[in-house]
Amino acid sequence: MSTMPLESAAHPEQLRRVVIEPLSRVEGHGKVTLLMDEDDHVQQARLHIVEFRAFEKFIQGRPYWEVPVMVQRLCGICPVSHHLAACKALDQVVGATTLTPTAEKIRRLMHYGQILQSHALHFFHLSSPDLLFGFDSDVARRNIVGVAAAYPDVARQGVLLRKYGQEVIRHTAGKRIHGTGSVPGGVNKSLTAAERDELQKDIYQIIAWSRDAVRLVRQLFEQDLETYRSFGTFEARTLSLVRADGAMDLYHGGLRAQHADGSTIFDHVDYGHYWEQISEEVKAWSYMKFPYLTALGHEDGWYRVGPLTRVTRCDFIPTPLADRERREFLAFDDGRAARSTLGFHWARMIEMLHSAEAIKDLLHDDDLLGHDLMASGPRQARGVGVIEAPRGTLIHHYRVDENDQVARANLIVSTTHNNHAMNIAIREVARKYLDGRKLTEGLLNHIEVAVRAFDPCLSCATHAMGKMPLDVQLVDAEGAVVDSLVRGSN
Amino acid sequence: MSEPASTRAPVLVLAVGNPSRGDDALGPELAARLEAVALPGVEVIVEFQLQVENALDLVGRERVIFVDAGTGTPAPFDLRRAAPAADFLHTSHALSPEAVLATYERISAKTAPEAWVLCVRGEAFELGEGLSEAASRHLEAAWQQLRQLA
Repeated sequence: MSTMPLESAAHPEQLRRVVIEPLSRVEGHGKVTLLMDEDDHVQQARLHIVEFRAFEKFIQGRPYWEVPVMVQRLCGICPVSHHLAACKALDQVVGATTLTPTAEKIRRLMHYGQILQSHALHFFHLSSPDLLFGFDSDVARRNIVGVAAAYPDVARQGVLLRKYGQEVIRHTAGKRIHGTGSVPGGVNKSLTAAERDELQKDIYQIIAWSRDAVRLVRQLFEQDLETYRSFGTFEARTLSLVRADGAMDLYHGGLRAQHADGSTIFDHVDYGHYWEQISEEVKAWSYMKFPYLTALGHEDGWYRVGPLTRVTRCDFIPTPLADRERREFLAFDDGRAARSTLGFHWARMIEMLHSAEAIKDLLHDDDLLGHDLMASGPRQARGVGVIEAPRGTLIHHYRVDENDQVARANLIVSTTHNNHAMNIAIREVARKYLDGRKLTEGLLNHIEVAVRAFDPCLSCATHAMGKMPLDVQLVDAEGAVVDSLVRGSN
Repeated sequence: MSEPASTRAPVLVLAVGNPSRGDDALGPELAARLEAVALPGVEVIVEFQLQVENALDLVGRERVIFVDAGTGTPAPFDLRRAAPAADFLHTSHALSPEAVLATYERISAKTAPEAWVLCVRGEAFELGEGLSEAASRHLEAAWQQLRQLA
């Protein structure tokens, strides 16, 4: 079992434990534990996330055609990503190696709508309160309503960007949630001319707001360059999909893995055999697995996925405005912004702009109105679907038996890919901001800012009232609660 | 970018929950019953969780009723008026009804519609489970209340 600096303290029984549980503004349940010595020096920092292996059992035994709808119930935030990844895997099971042009474009439109709405939600409503007001600003103001009060245009644009993405999903998936638009082998509906016209009406405004959002993040970097370039920053290997010509492609491509310096580990690998490249390690202290690149081993093979990886490691973005922003991002501050953890936010807004441009291009493609929706071929027993979801690479892998039931399912979600990288990020923040200092809410929020940069999705798609408090506890070496702060529950 | 307020039903029932998560299905179950009776002037929307764009669903409404499952809620349900509040205590991935109302007021510069929260007590929220026995009883009681309210 590998041990990184600050991953495991030498004498944990002698240390004071600080627990941040669950993380606020991170979906589901996550917990950070810090072990502090009596001089308030951080000796151990760990992010614990509850893995959702239960979902794979939930799927087993179900008819394969139910799976694309069922998997949307894994997550209330990115159901479309699971919907599409499942369909891509099951395309192979039904022998649909190539989709019809209409089917592929409808799915791409749905996917870009999902990226747009998810990135808008993340930036405007989860992260902008920290970024606009400061990580340790007044906690009562550090929320979306505070943003709406101080920056009404930003808040309104965020809501309308998100709404537009949801409308794209509604028209392509058939419903706001639990959509059924994509099916193994294709799609079950195309767009009507009226639906296309409705979406066309607003797309240029959406592109303009997306450009403004990219510029807003750039301004934030310019205003506090030192913090932004160094906050929770570390060198990481990367994994993402890229198109055959090296372009960013969030829907389909081959696997590209690179070292921190950009040199190639592997490139354009067929994801149909992903398990030959990626292994998963179990650590006794976490429910969530730690994937690694098999060729590099479990100690050195960890990697980072998501917007920052995709934007910095593609050769180009195939829409002009986003590609120009990508080049400016890469050049900014001699390339340091593109290596910083807070660079996730900049990259995320570039992807939002790319998605808006891609939606615009698709809305001018008559294939969206076509009626040739399904493809098929020789039945297969196994299928793997990989997609670049808003948070990173998402893998769905199914084996289907002769009774058309799912015999085995394996899902590796982006938060699992980033498990190790997020742990590194919080250790960097703990070392720099918390070490030797009296802990305050503002300092603890620095840990959450680092986690939120990755936008982890903890996939706890139940949100009954009363289930989402933030509980911070200080526990002494004997396990007694010395102090606690509950921010509240609904 | 949203539907004209004049075409909207005056009453909105916004039900929240994941039907595959045990008692989290209470909201969607009540929504399904309400949709089946198709009351005039009442629109029903089901969501996994409340989100910022739900503020736009409030445009043009006279009354909104949020329906959700709750833990620690008095059985069989709790019914209360809701007022806009800058309630940061929840993840932004799942806003409270009060935060949705506050977001509405901030982005529309109008007073939020009359709002109620019908919070039905749930007991178990495991993936793949159906409603618990207790939640099924709470559902019946909450249904009577919802019919009066909507």
